[in-house]
Amino acid sequence: MNFLIGLLTFVVVIIGVMVFLSLPWPGMLALLVLLALWMVLTRRGQQTWSVTAVGISTLPQRLGSSAVIVIGIAGVVAVLVAMLAMADGYRETLRRTGSDDTAIVLRGGSAAEVSSVLDHESTLVIAQAPGVARDDQGKPIVSPELVVAANLPMKGGDPERDVGSVQLRGVGDEAWKLRTNAKIIAGRKFEPGKYELVAGKGAQHQFAGLEPGKQIKLGSQIWTVTGIFNSNDAMDSELWADSGIVGPAYRRGSSMTTVFAKLTGAAAFDKFKAALASDPRLQTDVSTTLDYFSKQSEGTSKAITIIGIVVGAIMAIGAVFGALNTMFAAVATRAREIATLRAIGFRGLPVVMAIMLETMLLALVGGALGGVIAWLIFNGYTASTLAAGTTGQLTFEFKVAPAVLWTGLKWALAIGFVGGLFPAVRAARLPVTTALREL
Amino acid sequence: MKYLHLIWAALFRRKTRTILTLVSIIAAFLLFGMLDAVRVSFAEAGQSANGAERLQTGARLSFIQPLPQGLGAQIARVNGVKDVAYANWFGGAYQDPHNQIFTFAVSPNYLDIYPEVEVAPEQRKAFDSTQDGILAGEIIVKRYGWKVGDKIPLQSQIFPNKSGSKNWSFNLVGVMHSKDAKAFQSQMILMHWKMFDETTPYNSGMVGWYISRVNDINQSDRIAKAIDALSANSDHETKTQTEQAATANWIKQMADIGLIVTSIMGAVFFTLVLLTGNTMMQAVRERTSELAVLKTIGFSSTSVLMMVLAESVLLLLLGGLIGLGLVSVLAPVMSSQSGGMISHTSVGAGSWALGIALAIVIGLVVGVLPAWRAMRLNIVDALAGR
Repeated sequence: MNFLIGLLTFVVVIIGVMVFLSLPWPGMLALLVLLALWMVLTRRGQQTWSVTAVGISTLPQRLGSSAVIVIGIAGVVAVLVAMLAMADGYRETLRRTGSDDTAIVLRGGSAAEVSSVLDHESTLVIAQAPGVARDDQGKPIVSPELVVAANLPMKGGDPERDVGSVQLRGVGDEAWKLRTNAKIIAGRKFEPGKYELVAGKGAQHQFAGLEPGKQIKLGSQIWTVTGIFNSNDAMDSELWADSGIVGPAYRRGSSMTTVFAKLTGAAAFDKFKAALASDPRLQTDVSTTLDYFSKQSEGTSKAITIIGIVVGAIMAIGAVFGALNTMFAAVATRAREIATLRAIGFRGLPVVMAIMLETMLLALVGGALGGVIAWLIFNGYTASTLAAGTTGQLTFEFKVAPAVLWTGLKWALAIGFVGGLFPAVRAARLPVTTALREL
Repeated sequence: MKYLHLIWAALFRRKTRTILTLVSIIAAFLLFGMLDAVRVSFAEAGQSANGAERLQTGARLSFIQPLPQGLGAQIARVNGVKDVAYANWFGGAYQDPHNQIFTFAVSPNYLDIYPEVEVAPEQRKAFDSTQDGILAGEIIVKRYGWKVGDKIPLQSQIFPNKSGSKNWSFNLVGVMHSKDAKAFQSQMILMHWKMFDETTPYNSGMVGWYISRVNDINQSDRIAKAIDALSANSDHETKTQTEQAATANWIKQMADIGLIVTSIMGAVFFTLVLLTGNTMMQAVRERTSELAVLKTIGFSSTSVLMMVLAESVLLLLLGGLIGLGLVSVLAPVMSSQSGGMISHTSVGAGSWALGIALAIVIGLVVGVLPAWRAMRLNIVDALAGR
C-alpha cells in the first residue's frame, strides 16, 4: 500500500512538473483562476484558505529556514535566466541584422562571407537581377562588399599578446543606403579612396584605439579612425572602410565576398533567387539576410541554452532537496497543530493544499528574486564571442526578456511543487493520535 | 578521531534530513566537478609538453591571409629552429555542409613536428606515397564509421578543385591516434599540401601558416622575434607565437570560460552554504539537551565545539566525495556527448584537491555558528529546556 502511494505520488510529480514547464501563460492563468474559484466557492477550498492563512502567518517565526527555499530557488532562477538571456541576446543580435526583404548573395558552397569570392562582373550581373529595389535615380540598391579579418589589440590587454580578430568590411556608399539603421554617432564617415575607416560601437567597446581621430595599424598599413557608427545589430562589431582600399590592402584586387541586395519586397525574393540560379554566368548561394543570420546563431545559441538548462537542472535538484528539507522540518514543528486541525474535522486535502500553497508561494518569491537579480546584473550586459561563420568577434548584449523571466518563474514553481508535495502528503497521512502525542 | 562513531551517529540521527541535505551537496559538487573539468580542459588546451617547443607563424594582418611558400626556407635558417612545417586550411565538410571537419593540407614533414600523434608506420608510408591519400583522426573515424581504404568525399567550403567543383574525393590511408587524447589531430583530417596546391586554381603556392620546432624552449621568444623580423616591412608581415599562447588567445576570444564558471559556482556555493547552514542549525537546536548531557558527563566545551564542526565538515566531505565520484563516472559520457569539445575524460587531481578543500572550507563556515552555540551552551538552561 505504501509502495503504491509512493509510486502514485512519483507519477503525479513527474506529470505535474511536465505540465508546469510546458504550460503557456494562459494555461497557467486558467489554473490560477480555477484554484481561486475552488478556494472561494467550495467548503474544502475555504478550509484550505484558512489553513494556508495560518501557515503563512507563522512564516516570520521560521524566517531562517524559509529563507533557504527562497534563496535556493533564487540562485537556480538567476543562473538559468542569465544563461537563457545570453542565448537570447546572441540570437536577437544576429536576427536583427537580417530582414526578409534584403538578400545576401555568396559564391556557391560558401559557409560564410569570408570564404566567398565574387568577381567584379558577377556583382554587376547580380545588381541587374529582377526584384531588386531601385532608388530615386533608378539605380539598384545593391551593396557589393568585401569582408576580411583583421587583428587588433584587445582593450585592457597586452598589445602584443592579447590580439583579437575583428571583421573589416569594405563597403561603398550603397551600404549606408541599404542599412538605414546604421548611423554615425561620433566623428564622420570615411572618405572613399583614403585609408580611413569607421568602427562599430561594439568593436569600439572590444578593441583598443578605436577612437575618432586616432590611427590604428592593420598589418603594415596605418588607418585613421574617422568615426563610430551604431547599427544595433551584428554589424556593430565590425570596422567599415572603402572597398576600393580594402581590396588592394588585402591583395583581393577588385573581387568582393558578398553582395547585399535590397528587394522590392519580401515576395520578390523567390523571383530574385530564381533569376540568379538560372543565370549561367553565376554560381551563387542566395538567401534572405534574415535566414542567413538566423542560421548563423542557431548552433551557438542552442549550445548556450542547453548548457543553461543542464546547469539549471542540477542546481534545481539541489534546491528541491533544500526545499524538501525545510518543508519537512516545518511540517514536523507544526505536527501537533496540523493534527489538531484534523482532529477537529479538517480533511486531508485542505492540509495538503495548504502546505503546497505555502511552499509554492515561497518558491514564487524566490523565483521573482532570482529573476530580478539576473535582470539587474545582466540585462544589457555586453559580452563577446567568436561568432560561428564570421572571423571576427561578435559583441552582443544579454537580453532578459519577459519570456525568459517567465521560464525562470515556471522552474521556481516546479521546484516548489516537488519540494512541497512530499511533506504535505506526510502531514496529511500522519495518524492523528501519533501526531498529537508527539512533542 | 576516537569520537568518529559519535559524530557519525549524530550526523545520521535524522536520516531523512541528512540524506536530503547530502543530495543537495552532491548536486553542488557534481556541478562543480563538471564545470571545473570544462575549465581545466579549456585552460590546458595546447599546453602539452611538445606544444611548448612549437611556434606558430601566421600573417600579422589576419589569420585568413596566406603567406608565401618561400618564407619556409628562411625560417628554417633562423638560428635555433629545428625544423619547419606548414599547413593550409581546407575547410572540409562531410556529406552535409554542417558536418564540418577540421581539414588541413600539410607539408610532408608536418607529422614529424607532432610526435604526440601516432600513425602506424605502414599507414604513414602509404600516406607519404599516395597523392590523394588522407589521414583521419580516430575520433572522426569512429564517428563516421570509416575504414582504412574507404573513398571519402569531402566538400571544401572555400576551394574548388580543377573542374571547379567543391566536392573533392580522397582515399583514407591511415588513422591518427593521440597518446594523451589532447592532440587536436585526433579530430581532424590531413591531406597533402602539394596535391591541394596543384589541384585548386586558387592557392598558387601560398601557405596558411608555418609551425616550427625550436631546439631550446627558453629561446622561444628570441626565435619568434627573429622569424617575425624576416618579413618586417614587407607586404606579408608575420606574427609568431608559441602554440600555447596562440591557443590561449583563441579560447579567450571564444568566451571567458573562467569567469562564467566562477560566477556559476559562486551562486551554487552561496546557496549551498545557506542550505547546509540551516541544516546544521536545526541539528544543533534539536540536540540541545543531548549536548548538555555530553557536557555534564565531562566533555569539555572545546571538544563539543570540535565535534559539531567535525560533523558539518564530515557532511560536506561526504557529499563532495560522492559528487566528484559521480563526475568521474559521468565525465566520459559528457566528453563523448560534447563531440570532443571537452577532452577531459576524468576529474584531474587538481579538481579533486580543489573540491575537497572547498568542502572543508564550506564545512567550517557552515559549522562555526552552531558549533559556537553548542560550546557556549549553559548546562542547566539546556537541560531545563529553556
